[in-house]
This record gives sequence, C-alpha cells and structure tokens, in this order.
Amino acid sequence: MNAFLLQYLPIVIFFGLAAALGVGFIIAAAVLAPKSPDPEKTSAYECGFNAFDDARMKFDVRFYLVSILFIIFDLEVAFLFPWAVSLMKLPHAAQVFSFWSMMCFLGVLTVGFIYEWKKGALEWE
Amino acid sequence: MALQAIAFYLLAAVTIGAGLLVVTARNPVHSVLFLICAFFSAAGLFVMLGAEFLAMLLVVVYVGAVAVLFLFVVMMLDVDFSALRAGFVRYLPIGGLVALILVVEIVAVSASVASHGAAAGAAVLTPSHDITNAEAIGRVLYTDYVYFFQAAGLVLLVAMIGAIVLTLRHRAGVRRQNIAAQVARTPATGMRIVQIKSGEGLSE
Repeated sequence: MNAFLLQYLPIVIFFGLAAALGVGFIIAAAVLAPKSPDPEKTSAYECGFNAFDDARMKFDVRFYLVSILFIIFDLEVAFLFPWAVSLMKLPHAAQVFSFWSMMCFLGVLTVGFIYEWKKGALEWE
Repeated sequence: MALQAIAFYLLAAVTIGAGLLVVTARNPVHSVLFLICAFFSAAGLFVMLGAEFLAMLLVVVYVGAVAVLFLFVVMMLDVDFSALRAGFVRYLPIGGLVALILVVEIVAVSASVASHGAAAGAAVLTPSHDITNAEAIGRVLYTDYVYFFQAAGLVLLVAMIGAIVLTLRHRAGVRRQNIAAQVARTPATGMRIVQIKSGEGLSE
C-alpha cells in the first residue's frame, strides 16, 4: 500500500511547490510593492468614462444549458473508460452481454442527443 | 504508516473545514471555491483508499464540470448578498431537521456495514494489485450491476431533457444565417431587371 501511495509523491511535491509559489507571490506583493491607495486608483476602470455599473452582472441562462449538456456527455465518456479497459478480458458470454449493455446505454443517451439537436439546444442564435 | 495517517487526517480535516466554510461563507462565489477545495480533498481520500479511478473522476467531473456549473448558477442568480443571509434563522429548523435525518441515516448505514449486516450478502471485491482500478469496476459494472448502469443512463437522459425543457427559450425575431439558401441563390432569384420609364421612379 505504501509503495502505491509513493507513486503520488510527485503530485504532492507539485502541489507543495504550487502552493509555495502562489503564497510567495502574494507575500512578495504585500511586502515589496509600493502602496499609496486612492479611491480613484482602486475603482473599476473603464476606458474613457466612469464605470456604468457593477461587474457582477447576470449571466445568460444558455451558458448553464451548455455546461449541463457538457457534464452529461462528460459522464457518458467516464462510463466508457472502465468498459474499454475491461471488455476484452471478460469471458465470452459476459463480453457479449457487457457490449450490448453499453450499446443500450449509449442508445438511451443518443435519444437524448437527437432530442437536444432537434430542439436546437446546441445552436447559439 | 504514520505518514499515511498524517495524510489521511490532513485531507479529512481539510474536507470537513472546507465543507463548513461552504455553508458559512458570506459570498456564494467563495462558497463554490471552498466546494472545489472539498472535492479535491475528497479525491485525495479516494487515492488513500486505492480508488484511483474514482479519484480522477472526482477531479475531472466534479472539479472540472460541476464546479463550473455551480459558478454559472451563482453568477446567474444576481445575488444580493445581504438579503441571502436574512433567511438563515427562518430556515434553521427545517435545515437542521434535514441534517439530523441525514446524520441518523449515515450512522445507521455505517453501523450496519461495520457489523457486516447489510454488506454480508454482497460479493465484496477485494483490492487487487494485478488489475487496475478501472478494470476492477469494468468487470462488474456492465454485467452484474447492469440495472444500476442502465438506470444511470436514464437519469442522465432525464437530466438532459429536464435542462432543455427548463432553460431553452427560442427568441422570436432572431435572424439566422441559412447557408443552404445562400448557396442556392442564382442570378434569376437574386436580381431583377426593371425597365423604368423616364420621368417615373421605382415605387417599392
């Protein structure tokens, strides 16, 4: 078990380096950079005129639709990984069953895909 | 072994701490960022268990996609941060009740699994070193657990249709490019030769 976890040591080191670098830059900016704040300096800047309103504006709901459709197909692909790895190593009967069970799964999602295509959910307008 | 214990307690503490901050942070955007932190720590806990595939799936699906979705939702709500906190006391009893039910359920399931009550009949897969994690899942998911697998497909289908039905609104009067119509244009359909008598204009 320890040998297995040691494979992840480079990732831990990488995380540590990334954290140290990020914190280091923040500290360096806080300590070294000259600071003389002013209401005009810290306000939002828009070229040539005063800012109209807050930057926190509403997003269009279509972004949400695109991202949820992405997640669904992301999950579909996630189900394909273990299938692709294990299919050829199963006994023959289980192999056939496993193949058709995946085809059934993909068929169900293809129905959804055709639905969203026909509905025009993939078009931006 | 000691190092493993330290790593476990560190990850578990970060998960719980980030989880607490998700519900207590004033700014919803900060809540989502703490949620990402909690997902990462949970992925670390999965790695500690030897479930590499699930850990990577957690990072790819939850950190990569679900967190972005939550950020969109938070940005879409146009949140008034002070008004959001106002209902905290009002919703405390019902929220506390839901949390209590969840705690009781978690304790019950954990206790029954610990005493091999519920899991006694199921064939528990022992982690093996000669097959990979993804392969171990693939061996049983598409054959022994086929109903759960197909149910997952149906859940995804319902999610897809639900999202489209709830959010898709076609705007009236949007002009789209129709490439087929553009390509099919000929001089005969695209232009017209008009004879104009002198002294008269073209009324159109």
